[in-house]
Amino acid sequence: MRNLLTTAATAALVALAVPALAEIRIGASLSATGPAAFLGDPELRTLEMLVADLNAKGGIDGEKIKLVAYDDGGDPNKARTFATRLIEDDEVVAIIGGTTTGTTMSILAVAEEAKIPFISLAGAIDIIDPVKPFTFKTPHTDRMACQKIFEDMRKRGIGRIGMISGTDGFGASMQAQCKKVAPDYGIEIVADETYDPRDADMTAQLTKIKGTAGVQAVLNPGFGQGPAIVTRNYWQLAIDLPFYQSHGVASDGFIQLAGIEAVEGVRLPGTALLVADLLAADDPQKPLVDAYKAMFESKTGTPVSTFGGYAHDAFLIMTDAITRAGSAEPAAIRDAIEATAGLAGTTGVYTFSPEDHLGLDLSAFRMLEIRGGTWTLVE
Amino acid sequence: MSELLQFLLSGVTVGAVYALVALGFTMIYNASDVVNFAQGEFVMLGGMITVFAHAAGAPLPLAALTAVVATAALGVAMNKLAIEPARGAPVVSLVIITIGASIFIRGAAQLIFGKQIHRFPAFSGEDPIRILGATILPQSLWVIGGAVVIFVGLWLFFTRTLLGRAVLATSNNRLAAQLVGINTPFVMTLSFAMSAGIGALAGVLVTPITLTAYDVGLAFALKGFAAAMLGGMGNPKGALAGGLIVGVLEAMTAGYLSSQYKDAAAFIIIFAVLFFRPQGLFGRQSTDRV
Repeated sequence: MRNLLTTAATAALVALAVPALAEIRIGASLSATGPAAFLGDPELRTLEMLVADLNAKGGIDGEKIKLVAYDDGGDPNKARTFATRLIEDDEVVAIIGGTTTGTTMSILAVAEEAKIPFISLAGAIDIIDPVKPFTFKTPHTDRMACQKIFEDMRKRGIGRIGMISGTDGFGASMQAQCKKVAPDYGIEIVADETYDPRDADMTAQLTKIKGTAGVQAVLNPGFGQGPAIVTRNYWQLAIDLPFYQSHGVASDGFIQLAGIEAVEGVRLPGTALLVADLLAADDPQKPLVDAYKAMFESKTGTPVSTFGGYAHDAFLIMTDAITRAGSAEPAAIRDAIEATAGLAGTTGVYTFSPEDHLGLDLSAFRMLEIRGGTWTLVE
Repeated sequence: MSELLQFLLSGVTVGAVYALVALGFTMIYNASDVVNFAQGEFVMLGGMITVFAHAAGAPLPLAALTAVVATAALGVAMNKLAIEPARGAPVVSLVIITIGASIFIRGAAQLIFGKQIHRFPAFSGEDPIRILGATILPQSLWVIGGAVVIFVGLWLFFTRTLLGRAVLATSNNRLAAQLVGINTPFVMTLSFAMSAGIGALAGVLVTPITLTAYDVGLAFALKGFAAAMLGGMGNPKGALAGGLIVGVLEAMTAGYLSSQYKDAAAFIIIFAVLFFRPQGLFGRQSTDRV
């Protein structure tokens, strides 16, 4: 009996080993659980789905992709350990991941030292500014969101604004970036208030902004339930000024939480993925966005999110680079990523250069306005 | 003038939320001297269970009742499974057990309810009520009303009923209470059920304003705890006053000074009060016989 088992096990091992002649090993460290799970979970599902899909189609030039994914739970220390394990034990040729800025910074240090190309899915501009040779990222930065919003304000002749920002990482970072770029657009911030993301009521801050002389519009950088409460309070106080939210709340959940009556007329910058149905037929992003949305929603049964889109784009850039490089050597992949030009993803159209490892411009954001409880594109 | 009124209404709205949470601490503290750090989780469960019962098709009042009863049952279970087995342990150990229970409930809620943020409709419409140029949401009146009703109920319970006196006696000296025939295990069970029920009711009332998610409990517990300490732990009057004072202070600081100092200002006042009156504004002076 035991002999039989051994034989069976050996046979199984041999059977498993044979097809693994040539495979491209790509590593990932994502925060599929923990506080950033709502970002990391769709990212991991997206990667697993795309790898299976690509392998079913025959892989890259006949070579299958093997995804080695770890869950760092949002802990930068774990992310560092996993990055080391990915490179030394799993011998991956490239890494996708770093759901949050914290975990990204850990992986970045390890990847740069080992000279392994790394595409981050986190927001902060510090990841690619200054440029590091092996590090790239797919999400747009909060500075770009500020620029997009200010551009729209200028078109409407708005020059003096009030800001009400969350004190969490997202809100504070965007608040700082907006204050930095406001002078470039001739925007003056005349009121600058904050709230704790757990606060129950922000009418005091909004009343103060309302009472500030010369305010022409209000901007609310924030994330989670804070912006929904701010929007409800804004409506409660009947403030009659244009109201801008950030890309942090660009989801249908925001409309439901804040209520249809309160979100009427709110503007915010969002990605093409959010308004897939509204894109023009000749939009370069349309085929990809439609395909990803359909595949993700049929496979997982949950609505597609911007965050999964970041992972989609990272995988697309990676496989595109490996195909063009014709080799799975880390250095060749890096050079090919840097040479990416005009590659349409779900977030935007990527064009990397030795000076630019983000590859997106302001056209990646679409200015959206909520009308009658649904998204519309601002022309 | 209308600005001052708006700050005041904003402060009262927030303060009533704090007061509701603070009132929940009273029962367990009075029965056992234990500060129950899972109180915020009871508030979260009140909101969450209502959301899911409502989404499953139950009318709002029935969903709210389900949430209060289910959370009260959970409070009893927590007492039976976690607190009673450690009966002889010092108060500090029991407090630490409640912290463990709160982490457990939060984790379970994350698995069962998911990580999304939820809300359900306000009880009597969403249209703000205008008073002299300032506005307040009808739901805020529900919160304030709820806090006052619970306060009056607790006050009557502790001063006018035999059972309420039995709770106070148990806290004072458990052995003596047992000797005069008070069923102290029952008093403990009752206090956990009532605390959990009050917490859940608070969650039902505040969710249309504050929204809810699996992890909101901690923030509620912290502010509610601060309010209860300011007013005097264990005193329903103190909980109500402490909550409203903290809320109005925050709103006034945000309105007239800067929202950056909002939390700091409230806590500085709390420190100052506790420095001169360690038992809180309405707390009873405790003396220990040596």
